[in-house]
Amino acid sequence: MSRTTYRDALRQGLRAALRSDPRVFLMGEDVGRYGGSYAVSQGLLEEFGEARVRDTPLSESGFVGCGIGAAINGLRPIVEVMTVNFSLLALDQIVNNAATLRHMSGGQVGVPLVVRMGTGAGRQLAAQHSHSLEGWYAHVPGLRVLAPATLEDARGMLLAALQLADPVIVFEHALLLNEEGELDGEPAPVDLQHAAVRRPGRDISLVTHGGSLPRCLAAAERLAADGVEAEVLDLRSLRPLDLAGLADTVRRTHRVLVVDEAWKTGGLSAELMASVVELAFDELDAPPARVCSAEVPMPYAKHLEDAALPNVQRIVAQALAMVRP
Amino acid sequence: MIELRLPSFGADMDDAEFLQWHVAPGEAVAKGAVVAVVETQKGAIDVEAWQPGVVARLVAQPGQRLPVGALLATLATEGEDWAAVAARPLPTAAAAPVPPPAATTPTTATTPTPASPPAATEAAEAAERVRATPAARRRAQALGVDLTTLRPAVPGGTLALADVERATAPAAGMRAAIAAAMVRSKREIPHYHVGREVEVEAALQWLATFNEARPLTERVLATVLLLKAVALALREVPELNGHWREGRFEPSGPIHLGVVSRLREGGLVVPTLHDADQQPLPALMQALDAALQRARQGRLRSSDLADSTVSVTPMGERGSDYVHGVIYPPQVALIGLGRVMARPVVHEGQLGVARVVQATVAADHRVSDGLRAARFLAAFQERLQQPESWA
Repeated sequence: MSRTTYRDALRQGLRAALRSDPRVFLMGEDVGRYGGSYAVSQGLLEEFGEARVRDTPLSESGFVGCGIGAAINGLRPIVEVMTVNFSLLALDQIVNNAATLRHMSGGQVGVPLVVRMGTGAGRQLAAQHSHSLEGWYAHVPGLRVLAPATLEDARGMLLAALQLADPVIVFEHALLLNEEGELDGEPAPVDLQHAAVRRPGRDISLVTHGGSLPRCLAAAERLAADGVEAEVLDLRSLRPLDLAGLADTVRRTHRVLVVDEAWKTGGLSAELMASVVELAFDELDAPPARVCSAEVPMPYAKHLEDAALPNVQRIVAQALAMVRP
Repeated sequence: MIELRLPSFGADMDDAEFLQWHVAPGEAVAKGAVVAVVETQKGAIDVEAWQPGVVARLVAQPGQRLPVGALLATLATEGEDWAAVAARPLPTAAAAPVPPPAATTPTTATTPTPASPPAATEAAEAAERVRATPAARRRAQALGVDLTTLRPAVPGGTLALADVERATAPAAGMRAAIAAAMVRSKREIPHYHVGREVEVEAALQWLATFNEARPLTERVLATVLLLKAVALALREVPELNGHWREGRFEPSGPIHLGVVSRLREGGLVVPTLHDADQQPLPALMQALDAALQRARQGRLRSSDLADSTVSVTPMGERGSDYVHGVIYPPQVALIGLGRVMARPVVHEGQLGVARVVQATVAADHRVSDGLRAARFLAAFQERLQQPESWA
């Protein structure tokens, strides 16, 4: 076992992809000379050269469109968009082109593109750099949406995504980058079909993904001290959702608390609650509930940002209210 | 007018939560009919009517916590107009301990509270729609539990899975009730214990023959035969049958056996076999069986628990050889029956093998002495040698 960070795990995945398949290349703002805005691609330009690690102009629509073209023409592009907030400039390329072309061409044209995006708040980057819009992409048929929350998924999801014939969006939460853990073995593709139980429990299920996983695990730890055994389900894939895995955890615990850093209204958390009710209504022993971000543009001020985000305290309080009404 | 009041189901019961009415104004009820359900530490218990009548006015409302003796409803006696009874002012709410007060003074009647069918209807409607989680509903259905008989752990809350499970498995409440009664017993009652080996061979052989002639479903268990012998022997020693109340012994004419019964799920219930000395064996068998079934469903009736005059704890096949019991206050004796065992016995100088039980008496030394308990045991032994003469 070796000690590593989520950031290093992402880089290991990128390096393995670039090494194993000459069709793979990385492009995006500052991914080359600067080493990536989050230092994920540090050293890759030196190792693989300018043809495979390409800095792009500040034009999300332009370089995502390039990626789509490259994918159609047989390459395996990995496009990095600094944050999901900026990806809205490329929304037309992703939603109207990448997600639709296989359908509109009667199956003749696929877009095997991987778009990596930063997401999430917590570092005082204010309302234009901090939102969690994963749910918007998870709404769109034709896309696969992944949210690696562990080191193993940070390294292996990219490799699995590159094996697919259609576009994949990978969300990397900024607060996870410095998460440390043990990671062993060689980089290898991981399963993309199933949600993962990160901690088993019998009293309540904390259903979450991405940057909220550490919060939920910490909350489960705190709850255990209180005699409440929380199961933590890491969704991993936001589209398609592992609905069987979701129903299974409800069958075990009979209570569901969805923890999602996005806003509640019309969000992924609402979809999860609806699915729980559709699939496992008779298993419920408490109304499903959510801990999400406050419905405001993410504040800049530290204390306001903290107050707007889901945190361990809120998760614990909500869980206790459900287990011991 | 009949006043239906909250009965006491045990010495340690002070109050109960009223759960539900099973009757409506205008409805005729027979003696012993289940009219309401209340929740006590022993679980949900059906309240029976003590006398026949027609329901006039429902006073208790679901969710109320009521002291023992509180007025639950008024009933019209035969010949009375129930609507007229319902229109009468209520007797004083000041609840006396059971039995009901000798004289109840009507409130200095200002405005007679009218019978209020609308209120009763509303209550009935509220009771119909039980708030329960989907998981609780499904579990209740699977277990055959009527959700309307359950109370959520949080007053006014929603019935959850745990509430259904609590109702179907004997709860901490039952444990607490046992604890309170036993602590009181050990604190207040100067126990003494005596015991002797009682031969049951003749009785069991007689019972085998008796059962042979009966269909499988109507056969009588050995325990029931022993219980009846206990009841008959108690006739000869009245100091063991009755209650210690307010510093003195009140002997009881009727012999109502409280039969200590273990629930498979844990915990104890003590259903009452009324007039056990007078009832034929099949009737006793049926009564015990029915009470235990109700106990397992958490649906004991008030008469199952109230007013036993002495307790018997039969150990059963998997129990111990003998038991030094703890008296259930305010009773003054507890009869213990060990499991049936084959043992060497001596008859007229000859060694043989016969089935025996170790019978014990735990009794209150304020009321009786060891010799009287020994007399009881001897009478018990005598009865069992000639079952054909009484069974």
